[in-house]
Order: sequence, then C-alpha cells, then structure tokens
Amino acid sequence: MSTADMSTPADDFADNPYDLLAEDHDEGHRWAFGTGFTDPLEGVDTSVPDGLDPGALVRFCLALGDDALIYSHRLQQWVAGLPELEEETAVANIALDLLGQARLLLARAGGIVGQTEDQLAFFREEKEFRNVRLAEHADRDFAELVVRLLMFSTWRLALFESLAGVESSSGTVSSGTVSSGTGDPVLAAIAAKGVNELAYHRDYAASWVIRLGDGTPLSHAKAQAALDTLWPLMGELFYPDPDALAAVDRAAFDAILDTVLSMAGLDRPAAPPLAPVGGRAGRDGVHTEAMGYILAELQSVARAHPDATW
Amino acid sequence: MVAPARTPAYDVAAGTPDPEIPTLTIEDLGILRSADYSPGRGVVVTITPTYSGCPAMREIAVDVQARLNRAGFERVTVETQLAPAWTTDWITAEGHRKLAAVGIAPPSAAPRRTGPVPLTLGRSPSPRCPQCGSPDTRLTAQFSATACKSLHRCNACGEPFEGVKAL
Repeated sequence: MSTADMSTPADDFADNPYDLLAEDHDEGHRWAFGTGFTDPLEGVDTSVPDGLDPGALVRFCLALGDDALIYSHRLQQWVAGLPELEEETAVANIALDLLGQARLLLARAGGIVGQTEDQLAFFREEKEFRNVRLAEHADRDFAELVVRLLMFSTWRLALFESLAGVESSSGTVSSGTVSSGTGDPVLAAIAAKGVNELAYHRDYAASWVIRLGDGTPLSHAKAQAALDTLWPLMGELFYPDPDALAAVDRAAFDAILDTVLSMAGLDRPAAPPLAPVGGRAGRDGVHTEAMGYILAELQSVARAHPDATW
Repeated sequence: MVAPARTPAYDVAAGTPDPEIPTLTIEDLGILRSADYSPGRGVVVTITPTYSGCPAMREIAVDVQARLNRAGFERVTVETQLAPAWTTDWITAEGHRKLAAVGIAPPSAAPRRTGPVPLTLGRSPSPRCPQCGSPDTRLTAQFSATACKSLHRCNACGEPFEGVKAL
C-alpha cells in the first residue's frame, strides 16, 4: 500500500490545500471574454429608484465606467515596463482595481439598457465612450504615470466619497447602511467599495510625486515637465456634466493637490484647460487621437471573434 | 456586523477554500455573508467581494455551488452583496491565526473615518514580523502580489513578508 493510499482526507488537506481547491474547481470557470462570465451585480437589486432619470443614471455610470476602463488599459500597457518589481505589482493592482470598478459601473448601466458589460466595453464606437481625455493619455515616462494618477485618483476618490455619502466637511461615514445623495443605492455601494481602493491609489501616486519632485535635479525636472504636460487635461474633470449625480468640490481637490505639490517642491502650472472641440469633449464622445489606438487594441479580439466561447 | 446564521447549508459553504490562500476558507475571510434555505429557490448563498476587481469572486461562486451540490443541496443560487463593503475587520480570529501560520501578517483594525480620507503618504504602521515576531519591521511596498496585500521587511531577522492591508 502506498503512502498516498494510507492518507486520510484531513492529511491531504494539511499537506496540500490546493488539492481541495482542485476538487471543487474542475470546470475551469475563469473571468474572461467568452467564458460566460456572469454579471458582477448578480443578485443585487438593480431596479432604478423612483424619481431618478434612468437615462441620466446610464450616462453617468458610463462616464465613470469608461474613465476606469480606459485608464486601466493605459496602466496595463505599463506592465513589464516599470522600473522596479514593486512598481509592477502596484501599477498592475491599481489597473485591476479600476477594471473591477469599470465592470460594476458598466454592468449597472448595461442592466438598465439591456446590454452586458462586455457589449458595452467591446462593441461601442469611439464616439459612444464618455471618458475624459485625461484617461486616454499615453504616459511618456514614470513621472507622467504618477502625476496623472495623482490628478485622476484625487478627483475620483473625492467623487466616490460624495457618491457614497461621505460629507466633504464635518459629516460622518455611515457604516452598515449606505446613504447617499445620488439616490441610487447600487451606485452608492459601488462607490463605497471604490473609496477604499482609490485611497491607496492616491497615496501611492502622491508618495511618488513627492519622491520625484523632491529628489534629484533630473527627477524634479521630469516631474515638473509631467505636471506641465498634463495640467491642461486636468481641467476637463471639472467641466459641468448635466448627467452627474455628484460633483467634486474644486477647492477640496486643489487643497490636496497643493499639499502634495508643495511637499514635492513643484510649481503649480498656470496653463488653461484643453479646450473642447466645437463645445464637445470626452464626456460628449470627442476624444484625442490616442483613443482610436486604445480601442483598436482593447476591442480587436472580441470583435474578431464575437461569438467565441472557451 | 451581525454574525451570519449557522444553517446546515452555511456550514457546507463555509468550508470553501479561498482560491488565493486555500488554507483559509471564505468564512475565515468574511466573504461568506449568509446561506439560507428559501422555499422555491433552494439555498441562497450571499458572498461579498473583497476588492471590486477581485477575479476570485467567480471562482468562489462556482466552488460554493459545487460543494453544496455534492452535499446534496440541489438548487443553489449564489448572490453578490456590495453593501456594506467588505472590510478586513470581518476576517475571523481563526483567519488571523491561519494567515500568520502561512507567513502573512494579519491586518490591523481597519481605519474608522469621519469625513474624507486623509492623505497618509505611506506612513501606515508596519505589522509585526510573522516569522520572528519582531515589531521592528518596515513597509517596502503598498501593493504586493495581490491588491489586498502589502510588502514588508523585518529589520530584526531580515526576512521579507507580506501583510494583509487593513481596509
């Protein structure tokens, strides 16, 4: 009798818990396009509350979902090209968090209009994407990566706090129940989860902006150049959006950004925001040249094999 | 949080291993919220994602379903619960013990905030070394092989280790 035959199930578990996992997990269900991956909001009550305009809710969820999807894609392109292993894991994890937020938000929008998250991500045209142009910027170096992430995560964290019902001044976070000024409990719940993630993203970006700005003359020059390059794209975050169910207090955003810039010894640029084109910008489906290349890469497999399953 | 009701189905679902750290169960991690029998629907299991992008959720749902089916529960529905958001405070004492046993520092108490999240700039305290027990450790990276863990190094024994981030 071999030793394997003598072992009890308990021994197997103690020796190799992966065996137990394999036993449960024999059908190879994975999260990927074509695997029949179900709605991430499965089982969540997704009815639209009375008094809320479903069209506006869809457009707002698409804006926030598209920001996260396109930003995540840009971060994914950095993977295997970062200066340190620690930055690889950080950037990949931030990209994964944003992809998760994108899935929930696209599923929220899609549930109302009768489409899946995959249909929205892979089969919409460029002009149907509502992300800000800041999300589609191709970072030319690590300084641009962390400066852009500081701008984006500071804004998004403040917005999600507002959506989750966190008061901007002296209010309290309600734990256990999600109360929100948005009127949509699903969006409030998605935002409340996102707050915990975005807080780590912002701290990561802010720490690096300070290290670069307050580092060597070369790192300082690169950080300042990144700030100058990205500054015009930042203004679009604060364009009025008629569909928005919450807004970010510009003064609170500036206070955080200025704290980081002053610790980093970087100068706040004075450049005006990048102008809309004919009154239209990212939220209106008007994007920079980069967007077409992003969608070509993001959507090509799904469009080549729209009915693929594996 | 209110402790989940212990039902026969709950006890079966509770033994489902976490795909990432399979010595821990989804009960140890606080991912399993409830498993109740509902007339007409069979067993309804509620799980909550740790992070929005956690790719393990789908696998956990499939695993829970398979375990319950094998235990004789034929109709099983696995549902997602987003609110209240998962917190590392829901990791049980047994979960803390198992984490430490595999060399991962358990999380400290999650921050209780009133108002906006303050900028902390990576100055969060570093946990006790799970190898030698020394409190003299330092944070080397806020993100590790998964979003839920950070990387640390012990100044006493020199070993690098992972810790579960308080969330």
